[in-house]
Amino acid sequence: MRRRAEENPLDFIDYIRDNQDVFLRLLSEHVQLTLLSVLIGIAIALPLAIVASRVEVLARPLTWLAAVGQTIPSLAVLALTLPFLGIGFEPALFALTIRAVLPIFLNAYVGIRSADSAIIDAARGMGTSDAQLLLMVELPLATPVIFAGVQTATVQNIGLATLAAYIGGGGLGDWILQGLAMVDYPVLLAGAVPVAVLAISAEVLLGGLRRIVVPSGLQLNDRRFQTG
Amino acid sequence: MEYIIEHPDRVWELTRQHIEIVAISVAFAMLIGIPVGIFITRQRWLEAPVIGAAGVLYTVPSLALFAMMIPYTGLGRTTVVIALALYSLLAIVRNTVAGIDGVPPSMVDAARGMGMTGRQRLLMVELPLALPVILAGVRVATVAAVGIATVAAVVGVGGLGRLIFDGMRTLNTDRILAGAIVASVLALTADWGIAWLGNALRRDIGPVRTRR
Repeated sequence: MRRRAEENPLDFIDYIRDNQDVFLRLLSEHVQLTLLSVLIGIAIALPLAIVASRVEVLARPLTWLAAVGQTIPSLAVLALTLPFLGIGFEPALFALTIRAVLPIFLNAYVGIRSADSAIIDAARGMGTSDAQLLLMVELPLATPVIFAGVQTATVQNIGLATLAAYIGGGGLGDWILQGLAMVDYPVLLAGAVPVAVLAISAEVLLGGLRRIVVPSGLQLNDRRFQTG
Repeated sequence: MEYIIEHPDRVWELTRQHIEIVAISVAFAMLIGIPVGIFITRQRWLEAPVIGAAGVLYTVPSLALFAMMIPYTGLGRTTVVIALALYSLLAIVRNTVAGIDGVPPSMVDAARGMGMTGRQRLLMVELPLALPVILAGVRVATVAAVGIATVAAVVGVGGLGRLIFDGMRTLNTDRILAGAIVASVLALTADWGIAWLGNALRRDIGPVRTRR
């Protein structure tokens, strides 16, 4: 607060310009944390969702676990990795990956299960094998919902990667932390504004990609809230 | 767990702060969001810009939003309550609109046929029938707010995040666990509690149930 009066709110741009190397390093750490966690998340969540959609006994406990897991504050998940895995990039990546798995798994499971039974019957009638049914009917029909899960996970993890700075995971949160500790607004904003821009860009870009990739007949209205 | 048992007063104090922050923020969001949602159902062209703006806000990571607000609103509750209320708006506005849209047109027609004015239809037919859906929005908003409020500890407003951040700084597993567990229980309680309330309401005023 002591610096509010004498400073221009846009001073953070100068700070970024003066510390370009650090900025690029933090940005790249941030993007790496997000991308890696989402990619690993997909690799874990998709097979899990397929298994859950095939093995009835597993479906209930797994979806319940994922739903409860999503209710747990993400800061808590991040903080809890600290005592077990210590500080650094890998523990942060671990926490972010767990967080990515949950929405992707839930969306993929719901997407696969919600394939119209008439379509499945038709496919069966044409003599598809189990694998063909999954690969040629159920998964393609579930693409928009799965994609929405990936989008949610990505945007959410850009935010969580900011908190990763607290367990030494790097990323733009480093500058926010530093800015908070020293009450230095340019540093604070040099971390915060790029993070906000990054999250909004990811949301817009992935939303656009979804519109291109997903056939118009399968488009979703909104991915974020079920209204039921 | 030891920390909770050894410092019940401290944990309770932080829990109380946490609940207060969430309750005030969600209350503000309802106070603004429900009227805005109703207005949107009357002025359709507003839907895309309002929901779009709320959606962009929702996308901004919490730590970044707090950090961007601190130079203007300072360290303290104001910052946190404004930020949490902004996050909650999307779910509440969106579900208010969806809830009112979901009221069967036949019911609105029947109300009109009975000679109800627009205000009466809204207050006595549309809003009561939309309530379970609006409540579902409040539920999503509240659970999210409980989580984001842990991050709010960086703004110096206390709450359970204080335990988590202190624990991370001093490598005190007990504190981290205490904060994480109580915050998670709080989120789950809010989730189930509001869901239970919604089900009770649905049974009570369910759209198909006619009362004599």
